[in-house]
Amino acid sequence: MSTVQHNHLKELEAESIYILREVAAQFERPVLLFSGGKDSIVIAHMAWKAFYPAAIPFPFLHIDTGHNFDETIAYRDALVERLGVRLLVGSVQKSIDKGDVVEEHGYNASRNKLQTVTLLEALEKHKFDAAIGGARRDEEKARAKERIFSHRDEFGQWDPKNQRPELWNIYNGCKQPGEHFRVFPISNWTEMDVWQYILQEQIELPSLYYTHECEVFERDGIWLAAHPCIKRRPEEVPVRKRMRCRTIGDITCTGLVDSRAYTVEDIINEIASSRVTERGNRSDDKRSKAAMEDRKKEGYF
Amino acid sequence: MVIGASTADAAIILIDARHGILEQTIRHSYITALLGIPHVVIAVNKMDLVNFSEEVFNNIRNAFEPVARKVGLKQVAYFPISAKEGDNVVSRSVYTPWYTGPALLEFLENVPVRIYNSGEPGRFPVQWVVRPHKESFHDYRGYAGRMAGGRFRVGDTVTVLPSGTRSVISHIEEAGTQLQEAGDFRSVTLRLTDDVDISRGDMIVPATHPAQVANEVKLMVCWFNSKPLRQGGKYIIRHTTSETKGIIKEIHYKVDINTLALQHGQEELRMNDIVQVTLRTAAPLKYDPYRQNRHTGSLILIDEFTNETVGAGMIVANENL
Repeated sequence: MSTVQHNHLKELEAESIYILREVAAQFERPVLLFSGGKDSIVIAHMAWKAFYPAAIPFPFLHIDTGHNFDETIAYRDALVERLGVRLLVGSVQKSIDKGDVVEEHGYNASRNKLQTVTLLEALEKHKFDAAIGGARRDEEKARAKERIFSHRDEFGQWDPKNQRPELWNIYNGCKQPGEHFRVFPISNWTEMDVWQYILQEQIELPSLYYTHECEVFERDGIWLAAHPCIKRRPEEVPVRKRMRCRTIGDITCTGLVDSRAYTVEDIINEIASSRVTERGNRSDDKRSKAAMEDRKKEGYF
Repeated sequence: MVIGASTADAAIILIDARHGILEQTIRHSYITALLGIPHVVIAVNKMDLVNFSEEVFNNIRNAFEPVARKVGLKQVAYFPISAKEGDNVVSRSVYTPWYTGPALLEFLENVPVRIYNSGEPGRFPVQWVVRPHKESFHDYRGYAGRMAGGRFRVGDTVTVLPSGTRSVISHIEEAGTQLQEAGDFRSVTLRLTDDVDISRGDMIVPATHPAQVANEVKLMVCWFNSKPLRQGGKYIIRHTTSETKGIIKEIHYKVDINTLALQHGQEELRMNDIVQVTLRTAAPLKYDPYRQNRHTGSLILIDEFTNETVGAGMIVANENL
C-alpha cells in the first residue's frame, strides 16, 4: 500500500515539476501567485526542486486583501527569504484607496471579489504573461473543466466554452501580445494528495492548519474567525473553540472546522473520514451556485 | 473524446445489450485504438433487460472481437453489467452465475496504470538547462526534463539528438539528491561527463538505441478546428519540448470512422476528421512511432495566426521515408 501511494505521489510531482519547467521555458515573464495557503506552499516547494541548484527563475506575487492572519504574512516572508525569490505584493487596500474598486459594506462584506481587479492590475503593471496558481480540479466544478495552460484574453477573461484542446503533456503557451495564461501545475491532485505530499516531503506549514484555540462565531453553518475585519450581527456572539483551517485565504471567507488534528497524520485521517470538500467551508463559494465560474470568467484565480 | 483519450490509461466502451454493436461503438473503438489506450473494457450494459442472458453476452463478444482486431485493440476485457442495480459493477451479480470474472470496479482497481520497466529505450527530451551562476556551483551544468520512456543509469553512454554528439551520464539528480537511475516518467536533472552544447528541445537517448531523426514524417491527425486542414497549410509544431514550423505536404486519406473505410482524394478536412498526412518540418523531429512511445510519437499543430491548437498528430512508422 505505502509503495503504491509513493509512486502515485512521485508521478504527480513529476508532472507538476514538468509543468513548472514548461512555464519557465515558454513564457518571458511568469509569476507564481502565492497566497500563503498549503497549495501554493506545495507549488513553491516543487518550484525549488524543479530548478535546483539554480534559483527559482520567477518571482512570487501575493494579492494581499489586507485581511490576513498575521501568521500568513510572517510565514510568507520567511519562505521567500529562504528560497531567495523576489516577492511582489498587490494590495487590495491600495486599489480601494485609489478608487479602482469600491469596498462592499454590510455583514457579508468581502474583499474576495475585489482581489480580481488588484490581480489583473498587478499582472498588467509587471507585464506578466503567465500566472501560476494552485487551483485543483477536485475543488470545485468550475475548476474541473479548466485546462492546465489556461488562455486569457487581453481583458484577463476566461471563456470556458472556447478553451484550447490540451493533449498528452504538450502545453500550448502561444499567445498574442497583451494576453496571458493562468497555469495550474497541481490540477490533477486531490486535497488528500496535497496532504500526503506535505507529510512525505516534511513541509512546514503555518500552524493555522493545525488545531488551535481561537475566537470564532457561527454564520450560515460556517465558523468564521471573530476578527475586527468581519462585521458581526448582534446575535453572532464569539466563542472560544478548538478549530483549524482547511484552507487559508482572506479572513472574511476562511471557514474554520471543529477539529482535533494536531499533526499532518491527524489531518490525513480527518480528511479520509470527511464527506465535505475543503471549499465547503468557503463562504465566497456559497454566494451562488455559479459563484466560482462567474468569478473565474472575470479573471479570478 | 480524443483529448480525454490522450492521457487515459484505460477506456470503458459501453454497449447496450439490447442493441449490440452500433456505429458509435466502432467510432469509440477506433479512437481508443488510435490514441493507444493500453487497457480497454467492453461493458455490455442493461443486462437486466435481456434477462442476464449468457447467449446475448457471448454474441456481442463474438461480434466485437473482429472489430477489435480490425481497429487494432490489443487487451480487451468483457463485462456483463447492469448499471441500474449495479450488477457486476462494484460486486459480482447473483444473476450471472455463468460469468466467473471480476466485477468492473475490481478490474479497474487492479489494472496497471503505467507499464513501468517495459524495456523500451530511454528517452529524455531536454526541457531546461540548469546554470546556477553561483559560487558554490560554479561549473554546474545540468539538463532538466522528464523521462519520456525507458530508464537511464549513471555511466550509460548516450547520444544527444539531433547533433549526434556522444557522452556519458555522470549524475542523475533530483533537487540535489543523487540517484543511480531514472525511469518511471520521473522529472530529474542529468549531468554529462563532457561539456557538450545542449539546449531545450534536444533529446538524450541511449547510444545503442537512438530515436529516429527526420524532417518528414507520416502522421495520423485528429482535426479540432472549424478552419479546415489543407494541403500546403503551415502550422507551428510542438513535439516533446521542441517547437518548429511545419507544412502539410500531402493528405493521403481520411478515415470514415463509422465504417473504417479509407477515403482518398480529399483536399481539405473538416472538424473532427481523422486523416493521414505527410508533414514536413523546418527543424528535424527526434521521434519514435506513436505505437512504440506515446510521448515521443505525439505532437500538436498550432495555427500561426490564432495560436489555437488545431490538430493532434500521431507519428506513424514509415519505411518509405
